[in-house]
Amino acid sequence: MTRYSNKGGHCGACETCGKCDARDISKCPESIIPYTIITYSENFAGILNQITAVFTRRQVNIESLNVCSSSTPGVHKYTITCFCTEETVQLITKQIEKKIDVLQARYYVSDQIYIQEVALFKLSTPRLLEQSDISLTIRQHSAKIVEVNETYSIVTLTGLPGDIDSLFASLESFDCVLQFVRSGAIAVTKNRRELLDEYLENLGIDH
Amino acid sequence: MPNNKITGAEALMRSLENEGVTTLFGYPGGAIMPSYDALYDHRSTLNHILVRHEQGAVHAAQGYARVSGKVGCAIVTSGPGAMNTVTGVADAMIDSTPLVVICGQVGAAFLGTDAFQEVDVIGVTQPITKWNFQIRRAEDVAWAVSRAFYIAKSGRPGPVVLDFTKNAQTSLVDYEPKRVDFIRSYLPVPQMDENAIKAAAKMINHSERPFMLVGQGVELGDARTELRELIEKANIPVGCTMLGLSALPSDHPLNKGMLGMHGNLGPNVLTNQCDLLIAVGMRFDDRVTGNINTYARQAKVIHFEIDPSEVNKNVHADLAVLGDCKQTLAAVTKHVQPADNSLWISRFTPYEQQEKEKVIEPAIHPKEGPLLMGEVVRRVSELTQNKAILVTDVGQNQLFGCRYFKFTEGRSVLTSGGCGTMGFGLPAAIGATFGAPERTVCLFVGDGGLQMTIQEFGTIMEQHTPVKIILLNNIYLGNVRQWQYLFFRKRYSFTPMLNPDYEKIAEGYGIPARTIVERAELDSAIDEMLHTDGPFLLQCAVMEEDNVLPMTPPGANVDEMMLEIN
Ligand SMILES: Cc1ncc(C[n+]2csc(CCOP(=O)(O)OP(=O)(O)O)c2C)c(N)n1
Ligand SMILES: [Mg+2]
Repeated sequence: MTRYSNKGGHCGACETCGKCDARDISKCPESIIPYTIITYSENFAGILNQITAVFTRRQVNIESLNVCSSSTPGVHKYTITCFCTEETVQLITKQIEKKIDVLQARYYVSDQIYIQEVALFKLSTPRLLEQSDISLTIRQHSAKIVEVNETYSIVTLTGLPGDIDSLFASLESFDCVLQFVRSGAIAVTKNRRELLDEYLENLGIDH
Repeated sequence: MPNNKITGAEALMRSLENEGVTTLFGYPGGAIMPSYDALYDHRSTLNHILVRHEQGAVHAAQGYARVSGKVGCAIVTSGPGAMNTVTGVADAMIDSTPLVVICGQVGAAFLGTDAFQEVDVIGVTQPITKWNFQIRRAEDVAWAVSRAFYIAKSGRPGPVVLDFTKNAQTSLVDYEPKRVDFIRSYLPVPQMDENAIKAAAKMINHSERPFMLVGQGVELGDARTELRELIEKANIPVGCTMLGLSALPSDHPLNKGMLGMHGNLGPNVLTNQCDLLIAVGMRFDDRVTGNINTYARQAKVIHFEIDPSEVNKNVHADLAVLGDCKQTLAAVTKHVQPADNSLWISRFTPYEQQEKEKVIEPAIHPKEGPLLMGEVVRRVSELTQNKAILVTDVGQNQLFGCRYFKFTEGRSVLTSGGCGTMGFGLPAAIGATFGAPERTVCLFVGDGGLQMTIQEFGTIMEQHTPVKIILLNNIYLGNVRQWQYLFFRKRYSFTPMLNPDYEKIAEGYGIPARTIVERAELDSAIDEMLHTDGPFLLQCAVMEEDNVLPMTPPGANVDEMMLEIN
């Protein structure tokens, strides 16, 4: 993580910030990059609402959101991606963790986590048959055709969000997409330590 | 079936008693009637104060909590009753006041059907509470009430709303008292880090021009003694936020006065000249910092905080000392070296003199002209030996109140800081008399703000509450008028006030009252007010178009205070 001080002068790497001493734009605290916030909470009603309200107040759009039960019984896991500055993601993460029934909130940049996303494409079968490049594109993206009938075909792709963007863009250019849906990114950390387990163990609570 | 079952409503009363509640402020109605019925049998232990509007109940509970250090408690009905508490709950949230507000709610079977007096109270209060919870089963009462009190008072305090459905109040339960003092997802006080303590001491020891900002956190953490020990050992001058004003006696030689837009000149100017800024239990509100981009850029910053989400929120901290300031301040004191900062401290003197000559003396010792708010405030303070509790409403009355009232004891400032809620003063003052019955409670209120909760005269009448109400009547929404004068070319758009005869209103409620216009009457009127048993309304006809000075114009740098208006 970039450490910075708001006392420093202009770094010269970009036009706006004047906040850090890093002469590398990728480390600049003002650069807007994707962050993934992984949050764990008790399985109580209304917590998702509390979490999303933190983003609304800070005027940050949630890019994708996934909520599911975690490997710890009674604990829910939220995987949230957004684009913002590091300063903003720090504030958001602390404000989420402040909620009484939130166990833990941490933010990550893409190389600290393993991310996957699933997408479903419903394509027009007549277009698919007319245009051989469509099935070539599907194969090039390692996507799978899972159902075909005379009206439509269903294609699935599991991959990085960027892979899904790219397949969608190609298929759109063939004008064959009837429906498209994606799950939102899900992620596990690459950390060798399990921070939630450590937190719960340190409380001396058998979970 | 064993016949020792009780109703959820009765369980609520026992749970409140179990939490040590002795006083609650409320207003009944349909959805909370079962609880009021149970309350009828607990009148000897639970002193219920009937207010005249639910907003008054919450502000009174806030007043009670802030002067006593206990959790304030309010009880109201569903729908409109609950909605009338919203302003107070939001006010308590931003000013970190421990409250438990219990609202009735329609029966669980009616939830979501737009039933009579059903409002989604949980949805409405979610962003303005520390925690909220809907009690839908009598079995949950003991747990929810105990959890509510634990959350409200622990760590950084705040308001909790309990939304209590009617069926949960009437159904029967085997009651067993519960004590919640641990929630695994909630760490009220972050662990003190010994390294941070040492680092802070080192920064203080190396500093040549340290300056400390003291906020309400010191009062909430009951750390007045620890604060004094640290600043006296290391000779650190201090500025107080509005809510932190009584954390250090006003006449302490290291107390350099109030921070912020209408604070004192020295502490504001020297914020931008110190080499180390030590913030304790304060949150760098924009009314304190002015232009954040030029705020204390030359200084290193240490932030003592109990709430990690405050660190780096507005001002970057070079070092955060997380934890309870009672502990952390004491720990740092062990490691700091006595220092002689007299040269640095002497730099406050010229600013003090300048402000005294240009602003303070003319405000508190005017030779002629109409009565001024500043002189009234200062005389009330002096004639109560600076020992009273100051309650203010919002506006010029608040700013003059906070500037010129002086303090010798802790927990003596009761004002709406973060929200600036007009109408706060009167009910908060009522609550304060119950929270600190042995102390004198002086309320300064404007002619605008008094009318926002004037119905609480009824509560005062019924309870014979000894609130000393000083109405600073300038026949204007004075604070807004000041801004119109300064920034809107003197276009007084809807700020002149057509006022009723306040003495007559007071008379209608049986509250003794007196109006003064002349300076010569001031002392005798204050004397009469203080020597009258019970409530008193002292109306002071003060200068109509007076301005609060000094002032940092909005958006200006903290060291750019105007001492006069030209
Ligand atoms: C509920 C609410 N409404 C509006 C305001 C905006 N406001 C702030 S100060 C003020 C004027 C207050 O007038 P008055 O009570 O007469 O006090 P004065 O400034 O004259 O002492 C107003 C309208 C507010 N703070 N709170
Ligand atoms: Mg007024």
